[in-house]
Amino acid sequence: MDNKTIQHLKELESESIYVLREVAAQFERPVILFSGGKDSIVCTYLAYKAFYPAKIPFPLLHIDTGHNFQETLDYRDALVKKLGLELIVGSVQESIDTGRVKEETGYYASRNKLQITTLLDTIDKYKFDAAIGGARRDEEKARAKERFFSHRDEFGQWNPKNQRPELWNIFNGRKNMGEHFRVFPISNWTEMDVWQYIYQENIPMPSLYFTHEREVFQRDGQWLAALPVIKRKPTEQVVKKLVRCRTIGDITCTGLTESKATTVADIIDEIASTRVTERGGRADDKRSETAMEDRKKAGYF
Amino acid sequence: MTKRGYLDMELLRFSTAGSVDDGKSTLIGRLLYDSKSIFEDQLEAVEAASKSRGNEEVNLALLTDGLRAEREQGITIDVAYRYFATPKRKFIIADTPGHIQYTRNMVTGASTADLSIILVDARHGVLEQTVRHSYISSLLGIPHIVVAINKMDLVDFSQEVYDKIVEDYRKMSETLHIKNVVFIPISAKDGDNVVNKSERTPWYKGKALLDYLETVPVGHKTVSDFFRFPVQYVIRPISEKFPDYRGYAGRVSGGIIRPGDRVRVLPSGLESTVKSIDFAGESLDEAYAPESVTIRLNDEIDISRGDTLVKADEKQPHVEQDVTLDVCWLNQTPAQIRKKYIIRQATFETQGMIRSINFRRNINTLEKEQNVSELAMNDIAEITIHTAQSLVFDAYDENKVTGSLIIIDPDTNETVGAGMIKYVE
Repeated sequence: MDNKTIQHLKELESESIYVLREVAAQFERPVILFSGGKDSIVCTYLAYKAFYPAKIPFPLLHIDTGHNFQETLDYRDALVKKLGLELIVGSVQESIDTGRVKEETGYYASRNKLQITTLLDTIDKYKFDAAIGGARRDEEKARAKERFFSHRDEFGQWNPKNQRPELWNIFNGRKNMGEHFRVFPISNWTEMDVWQYIYQENIPMPSLYFTHEREVFQRDGQWLAALPVIKRKPTEQVVKKLVRCRTIGDITCTGLTESKATTVADIIDEIASTRVTERGGRADDKRSETAMEDRKKAGYF
Repeated sequence: MTKRGYLDMELLRFSTAGSVDDGKSTLIGRLLYDSKSIFEDQLEAVEAASKSRGNEEVNLALLTDGLRAEREQGITIDVAYRYFATPKRKFIIADTPGHIQYTRNMVTGASTADLSIILVDARHGVLEQTVRHSYISSLLGIPHIVVAINKMDLVDFSQEVYDKIVEDYRKMSETLHIKNVVFIPISAKDGDNVVNKSERTPWYKGKALLDYLETVPVGHKTVSDFFRFPVQYVIRPISEKFPDYRGYAGRVSGGIIRPGDRVRVLPSGLESTVKSIDFAGESLDEAYAPESVTIRLNDEIDISRGDTLVKADEKQPHVEQDVTLDVCWLNQTPAQIRKKYIIRQATFETQGMIRSINFRRNINTLEKEQNVSELAMNDIAEITIHTAQSLVFDAYDENKVTGSLIIIDPDTNETVGAGMIKYVE
């Protein structure tokens, strides 16, 4: 054979597309979990490539905490329209209103954990059997243990101590009624890979990822958006700063980074020199040493 | 380094085998730390966790042992994947457990590796577990093995100790088909020969570990030179713009394909020629492993998921219902002869049963054990299976994609066996 080698982005892309096609082949009713963050955007973009010229054979599911940045919703709606996909919204507000979950109170109140119930209820309501997510193994130590095809029992639980072995690229998506799978096509990508790919493919990104002036306040060493959904302590002063989001989630748990990055190329340079992980800015991970594992066991993304 | 520098790097996937006592986690911690791939908040979290456990030193194992149960027990249970990059390459580490009861997880981690690092404690030399880890690496056809002789600081960086271990290892590995072994004397704790060459081992002429990892040839030698394309999914848009489009989606799993090539569909034997190779709206001049593409043919013939496209003028894969393979049993429920299982190989699925257990391998002594009627979890054995429909396969040592399969228990849907197909004339 000619001495062909393949470079890392091509190899990662190829692996992810393989996984997405396996989902389409093995499941009856898969869905893409779309948060409006870069990882779910890249996942959706990869799905577009995987099935072209056919449409993506999955709807998008957005679990809406009601505490989203408006930019996220605008981007979501434009994307759905462009790709001609069905959008399903699972509303945390509705879960609160119907008494399925109880709103947290206090300065650290977040709807992050409440999303689990809304997500599982929505999966159950639409009988989704595979939920595709943009989680990556490099994000967090519990996610580092995750399989590509991750089995969830009828309670939506992950059992990290007894995961199905996953060998080579042979994925076993067999399950009983009522169980489902979480599938993570970009498991092996790092934050840097994601941004390099966005750069290479010229994927349009929500404006929140680029520097903008915003009213912010500091809490536990990180900048948070000064918006009504977060209750500020009397000592927490609002200031204007040039910031960008490194991850996009619910407003209450998205830390903002001081940044001058106006282009994807700037972001790549910034990540190359940073000494803090992207989830270093996420309040939801700081609740305990194994916060992510505990939430994942309960059915989190 | 500029952003350009990050694009287009080679990717090396390697696994590490060993237990906490061998210094495996310390080694990974060292690689990440010295290559500046540990971030401040991760280090702070590990420092805080070490302190709250009463550890005197920062316990780098907490970087990789992420599960609650692992942290409680101080052992690695399941594979953890770690990522780092240097200006030369990107790396994916599959950090696998070394204990015998987690062999199945080691097999999982090793199945996608291009290289395996096997740790040996310089004070103890080649042990049973060294044999086991080496055997599994060879069984899974990992092309490169690095024997990292660790804790050299505890044997005064003695060349004599090192030479003895190298000699013992070579003797042991003669029976295994290990192609490419490199020995490196290291101290993971102090960093000798991990990222930088150590002055304390002037007698060692080879490379430091990271330097070796950055330069060892990668390439997809795990698949053969013959074109193999297991069909994953048929793309049919049935849209106004593409009313007649019918493309076969899959991943090239060997060789190279170009428009105009004559292809054969297996197992049916029908033939056609390649009309075009499509990828997201582009037409490609060629495609090779491991690219995911969509292939269109000039004739409308019956092709569905599970079929394999090959080139008509190349060496053909085997098409048979009786297949002999090495299997690693992965489940608590023992393997039973004549029970019906589901066999999944590449994108194909059929029923199958174990006809015979030819022998079980004692993975500590490598001896063959005869007259075995059942396989327990973590056992490795040669078995012969019979399938309801023919498998289209190559031997595992020629092609890891078409030569591997998993066994699924239809009662539980669990993956219970991992098989590497042998070809026995």
